[in-house]
Amino acid sequence: MGGHSDIVLIDENGLRVDGRKVDELRPIKIEAGVLKNADGSAYLEWGNNIVLAAVYGPREAHPRHVQNSNKAIIQARYNMAAFSVGERKRPGPDRRSIEISKIISEALEAVTMTELFPRATIDVYMEVLQANAGTRCAAITAASVAMADAGIPMKGLVTGCAAGKAGDKVILDLGQEEDNFGQADVPLAIVPRTGEIVLLQMDGHLTEEEFDKAFKMATEAAVNVVYPLQVAALKKKYMESLEDVEDEIINDDPGNSMEVTSGGEVIPENTTDMTQGGDE
Amino acid sequence: MSEDILSDIKRTHIMTLLEDGKRIDGRGFEERRKIEVMPNFIPRAEGSARVRIGNTDVVAGIKMETGTPFPDTPDSGVMTTNVEMIPMASPEFESGPPRPEAIEISRVVDRGIRESQTVDMSKLCITEGEEVWIMFMDIHTLDYDGNLFDAGSLATLVALKNTTVPAEKFEKGEDYSLQVEHLPISSTFVKIGDKIILDPNYEEELVADARLTVTFDENGDLRAMQKGLAGGFKPEEIKYMMEVAKKSSQELREELF
Repeated sequence: MGGHSDIVLIDENGLRVDGRKVDELRPIKIEAGVLKNADGSAYLEWGNNIVLAAVYGPREAHPRHVQNSNKAIIQARYNMAAFSVGERKRPGPDRRSIEISKIISEALEAVTMTELFPRATIDVYMEVLQANAGTRCAAITAASVAMADAGIPMKGLVTGCAAGKAGDKVILDLGQEEDNFGQADVPLAIVPRTGEIVLLQMDGHLTEEEFDKAFKMATEAAVNVVYPLQVAALKKKYMESLEDVEDEIINDDPGNSMEVTSGGEVIPENTTDMTQGGDE
Repeated sequence: MSEDILSDIKRTHIMTLLEDGKRIDGRGFEERRKIEVMPNFIPRAEGSARVRIGNTDVVAGIKMETGTPFPDTPDSGVMTTNVEMIPMASPEFESGPPRPEAIEISRVVDRGIRESQTVDMSKLCITEGEEVWIMFMDIHTLDYDGNLFDAGSLATLVALKNTTVPAEKFEKGEDYSLQVEHLPISSTFVKIGDKIILDPNYEEELVADARLTVTFDENGDLRAMQKGLAGGFKPEEIKYMMEVAKKSSQELREELF
């Protein structure tokens, strides 16, 4: 925020630098279950942002002093690849990514039934492979899909989205120029099932009315556009797993079918959360 | 384990009181603790202030030196904010590299000051692209009883208000007072159960479910926000906190400046 430039952020037709309307999101693509080793994972493209999320756990927390005897801890790590930005970023955590990791851990904990796994950790890794404004919202959106894919019991998915102000207009989902030269940014994350806000930040300059408008824009886009994409990604992965199991049953001789079926039962159990998410 | 049991008992106690509309230290839900401000507490610093909010006690000190600007902002000074949660201030704090909590507080204090353009950074440019003032804002926690967000923000603002740019020392002309353009005041709330309270003390923070810091400027405009902790807020709760923050920060501004 607050950078200086002669760039026209909203043109005379009310369109933005990349041709979007003020209340238009960038294209979003989400895929669940994209990594082999992780217990759950997700790939997400949001405009020119590319984010991968992976979940390991629940597993024993180390070192022991970080364990909580009543519940699992959530350790989320938001990290930007060195090549993800214009000028190479020095690898490793900086103060910005430590702050983002902390608030994303807390936002994810708000929906996770951590009390089911005392002394465990649920590790959530988010790698920003290409950054183009709005990476924290993209990261948490991918992370909650990865958690559902890992079969972590959750009260609902978490969906991120930002709104803000540029060229004196309240706009949805800031792009790079709007982020650099705009007037305000309000990144947030909502639990569409409950309507709860689990992540909220704001910087820049907004009147109360503008904030209300930005808040409404971001939450509505998250619930009505982004959330269905998360659910669809999980459903697709679930249906594919089901088909794989069915194929195995058909191809196997009847003597082995019991074994395959018992294996197949594990899959719906692992993905309970996403079917709940789909009910909404 | 014993700590967990203790916090369960304490939580129940605090929540029972809140149900009756009371807080453990007798305050109203929208009431801040007593605030004491001691400007110019460290004369050797370019600017400083000690601020007490109840038993929370912090010192903010401003130091300035000359240096090169960032390549993307060649006509702008540089500011950095750092919060030290030193072991002296609480049995909870340890020495060593800053914990995520300290980094979060630093960045929230920084955001309030930076985004409200409290200091016009272009005025801290000496020679464009070559030399600018670098302003270090360091917040030292002396005694911790909750709400370092507001204590740190207020101490930094008061310190900036009495900062002298040390131009003579760096052979850049005569010393002059730093101009403060805006007066951003942060208000931090926590939610315990379904109750929301302003300016939490340590015990209240310990049992809090969610936290929100809201920073308003003197025009009643929003400049920064930060939600923290592993709980959520309903939209109407956010709206409520914004209303209280706007009113309370204006009262505090009138009282102090």
